[in-house]
Amino acid sequence: MPFLKSTLSRKNLMALTGLFLCFFLVIHLLGNLQLLLAADKASVSFNNYSTLLSGNIFIKIIAYILYFSIIAHAVDALVITVKNRKTAAKYAYDERKHASKWYSRNMGILGTVLLIFLVIHFKDFWYVYKFGALPLDKNGNKNLYVIVVNAFHSWWYVCIYVVSMFALGFHLLHGFKSAVRTLGLYHPRYARYVEIFGVVYSYTLTIGFSFIPVYVYITQYIK
Amino acid sequence: MKLHLKIWRQRDAQSNGALVDYDLDGIDQHMSFLEMMDTLNGQLILNGDMPVEFDHDCREGICGSCGMMVNGQAHGPVAGLTVCQLHMREFKDGATIYVEPFRAAAFPLKRDLKIDRSAFDRIIQAGGFISASTGSAIEANNLPITHDMAESAFDSAACIGCGACVATCKNSSAALFTSAKVSHLVKLPQGKLEAEKRVIQMVGQMDVEGFGHCSNTEACEVKCPQGISVLNIAMMNWEFNKSSLLG
Ligand code: HEM
Ligand code: FES
Repeated sequence: MPFLKSTLSRKNLMALTGLFLCFFLVIHLLGNLQLLLAADKASVSFNNYSTLLSGNIFIKIIAYILYFSIIAHAVDALVITVKNRKTAAKYAYDERKHASKWYSRNMGILGTVLLIFLVIHFKDFWYVYKFGALPLDKNGNKNLYVIVVNAFHSWWYVCIYVVSMFALGFHLLHGFKSAVRTLGLYHPRYARYVEIFGVVYSYTLTIGFSFIPVYVYITQYIK
Repeated sequence: MKLHLKIWRQRDAQSNGALVDYDLDGIDQHMSFLEMMDTLNGQLILNGDMPVEFDHDCREGICGSCGMMVNGQAHGPVAGLTVCQLHMREFKDGATIYVEPFRAAAFPLKRDLKIDRSAFDRIIQAGGFISASTGSAIEANNLPITHDMAESAFDSAACIGCGACVATCKNSSAALFTSAKVSHLVKLPQGKLEAEKRVIQMVGQMDVEGFGHCSNTEACEVKCPQGISVLNIAMMNWEFNKSSLLG
């Protein structure tokens, strides 16, 4: 692909797909917030929402962009990381770590954790919803709520989930700012605003996504 | 001061190199790092050994010739300095100091601490200039440039091309070097005329030379003796995207 010949164009693809994923995660988190409602309300609301999304053509388009983004982002990450490994210098005594943040140097590892998480996540929820035999709730909607809440009732599932969300948080802490730079925002003042927004965004998403399974886990014992 | 040095010795690009131990005594703490290296070389020559080869020229921090990894960091532990401006008072008496060349796939080693940085020259040759006839300079005030823009262009132009950015980058990316020249020239009216072609060609050459991707870790800015800002990289990206989409 001539578009991906240059180091800069490869980074553009990385940034565009990454930022699309960032945008998608906001909608995803807002949807998940319904899980914090009281159980009977949450069930109706969450399942309605899932049914609504799966029928909508607009959402279908977003979904295809999403699949494309995840795959393109991961493949591009592999290409970039392999090339970087090849050009990378090795020192007998290396203290270069003092000059940068650990998560900015380990986007590939954080991304791999995310990829593993995504496989689990798609298998357990997306695949089951699309292709599995799901019980229906009292409104006749597929009862995804039960599946999700059951998963969040086991402590190890919640652990995997929370650890992955921290990996996501660090990935975004560097990724959001980096993507906007890659696309070329160079004005010092706006670059600073984006940096601050990126930090707030990353904390919000990490805490938001982690809190929900922990909350669901704990509330199963409080009744 | 007494020092234990562990210095990378290597005959040429083909041979294998290794860290070699040297003990040095009587070093004045006001010596520069390179004067300390001169002292070592003086002793090596007296003993009939080969001196440690390294590049240097001005020893004032302005030419960009010098550069080595000192204790695992480009130009040593102090920010904003070239290694010729690093002084021995930054080290403790009896310290062990590791000295290695700047490394990158695009900077082949020549001998010991001396590397071939001509990849940088070829990036500049690919577009880091303006095409203007000499000998017929117009009245300077005919070219309106705001003070802020002139200062900003000058900040970008301050790059001395030492290669610390590449050496310290986990991907050996030359983004900071290349972008400093791209943004220096695009900020000024003289440079705008060839801006589109310039950025495409310079980035192309940067890739041909085998430098890596920029991951925006910002280590380059931290270790740059001239404090060249990473926002230059963002500006290069902007110019590159503009030129590839519209140019
Ligand atoms: C599928 C698993 C993933 C992998 C393997 C992965 C890998 C990577 C890698 C290696 C980079 C750094 C590229 C570089 O430093 O040059 C990166 C950047 C980025 N990633 Fe991911 N990532 C993944 C998932 C995600 C997700 C889920 C998001 C967002 C929600 C995301 C957002 C970003 C952003 C915004 C960047 C910055 C792009 C840039 O540096 O310009 N990534 N990713
Ligand atoms: S010798 Fe000129 S910058 Fe160090």
